[in-house]
Amino acid sequence: MTTMTLLGAFDIITPDPGLFIWTVLVFLILLWLLNKFAFGPIKDALKKREEGIADALHQAQKAREEMANMKADNEKILNEAREERSRMLREAKDAKDQIITEAREKANAEYNRIVDEAKGAINNQKMAALIEIKNNVGNMVLEVSEKILRRELDNKADQEQYIKQLVDEIKVK
Amino acid sequence: MAGQVSAASEGKYDAKEFAMHHVADAHEWHIVGGLTIPLPCIVIHDGLHVFLSNKMPSAHHGEAAEATEEAHEAVTDNIHADGVEGTMVVEHHETAEHTAHHETYNGFYYSESGRIVHEDGGFTLDLSITKNVATLLIVSIIMLLVFTSVAKAYKRREGEAPKGLQSFMEPLILFVRDEVVRPNLGKKSDKYLPYLLTVFFFIWISNMMGLIPIIANPNLSGNIAVTCALALMTFLITNLHANKYYWGHIFNPPGVPGFVKVILVPIEIAGIFIKPVALMIRLFANITAGHIIIISLVGLIFVFGNAGENLGGGLGGAAVAVPFTLFMSVLELLVAFLQAFIFTMLSALFISLAQEDHHHDDHAEHASAAHH
Repeated sequence: MTTMTLLGAFDIITPDPGLFIWTVLVFLILLWLLNKFAFGPIKDALKKREEGIADALHQAQKAREEMANMKADNEKILNEAREERSRMLREAKDAKDQIITEAREKANAEYNRIVDEAKGAINNQKMAALIEIKNNVGNMVLEVSEKILRRELDNKADQEQYIKQLVDEIKVK
Repeated sequence: MAGQVSAASEGKYDAKEFAMHHVADAHEWHIVGGLTIPLPCIVIHDGLHVFLSNKMPSAHHGEAAEATEEAHEAVTDNIHADGVEGTMVVEHHETAEHTAHHETYNGFYYSESGRIVHEDGGFTLDLSITKNVATLLIVSIIMLLVFTSVAKAYKRREGEAPKGLQSFMEPLILFVRDEVVRPNLGKKSDKYLPYLLTVFFFIWISNMMGLIPIIANPNLSGNIAVTCALALMTFLITNLHANKYYWGHIFNPPGVPGFVKVILVPIEIAGIFIKPVALMIRLFANITAGHIIIISLVGLIFVFGNAGENLGGGLGGAAVAVPFTLFMSVLELLVAFLQAFIFTMLSALFISLAQEDHHHDDHAEHASAAHH
């Protein structure tokens, strides 16, 4: 009786064939349905999404690398542009200096030419004026001399004296 | 047993009977007090018989059954007293026992072990929708609803972040895939993932169903027939998908001297069966133990209360039982997850071990290299 009671009480350790058959049947149907309509699609969707994410990350990495390359390129172009600018500035400055020097030289030359011309003109005028003065002076001298001679020749003694004086002057020279 | 039950019906409380009744399967779903949902009984005995369980006579409560028990006890005493005389009396009383079950439904009655049998003693297969079968169907329906809905969410929101139920289930699915299946099965994970996910969620949900008192704690995953069926699945997958190295290791262990093989091969063959049997017993024992502990703690109230006769004792019992039951219930929540995890983990491990490619020459070379 004791053994029977124990076995009866611990009936939970003997598998019930009915429940076993039901479990196998229901579990297999459940497994088939879930595989077909739930876990199969979920598994594929998760995989697809993960691949998508991995791909996106990869693309982002690539884009970042491209950006870095572009940045480097930009930097290079910028440096080149900067160099170009400074070169152009330098050239412009050189050109400016050259132009100024040339202009100054030209101006100097022009100035000198103008001054020379002016000097020449002044000299010419001066010479002309001198010649005119000389001519006038000669005429005036002649007139004056004529007048003086006309008056002096009236007086014989003075005439002789003057001639004598002229002769003396010539001797001194 | 019948004596104990009748004693209980007289007002005494039998804790063992109470606990065992609660962890065992039943043909009706006893919710609370007088509320009992009858379940369909399906019996194969000279054809198919389908009827509701409320038509069945209640087990062991019939006066005739009791009388038989008493007679049986008397017989046992007689056997001890006098063998020859006893044998005669046994025969007499055993025929009496068969006919003693006056209360039957079309000849069907509950046997000692709670199964439906026929009074003519012929072959009967009890395929009733018992409390556990009903729970099994409920768990399956829950899983189908939840996971097809999640699968639809994946289809509808392809490539997008999870939302709602999908975002609740995804970490769990990923946990099983990344922490349980992939470390064991590696590249073969995809092939076995649906099976292992089904096993994991089936066990986990079943375990948690057993923790819901309002539906009378159906002890599905703590039933050995259920764990046996689950272990059988893993056993079949493991051995049907095993490669030649696995069988080679069992029937001709490499690098082992002949006389050792004589001992080793039977052990290895036993190992094929021990692994799934361990799976079966581990899940069954853990879940049933949890149920028994909780039901025993609740039983303390009745023990101290002297089955309702002593209110002070009952309150004292409740003061002790309630905190402990709460603690155990929370612990069982952890165990529910843990046991599902262990079963799945070991299943994945067994499947992967049977498919491992062994390179013994390499191993030998490495070993010798290490020695030099």
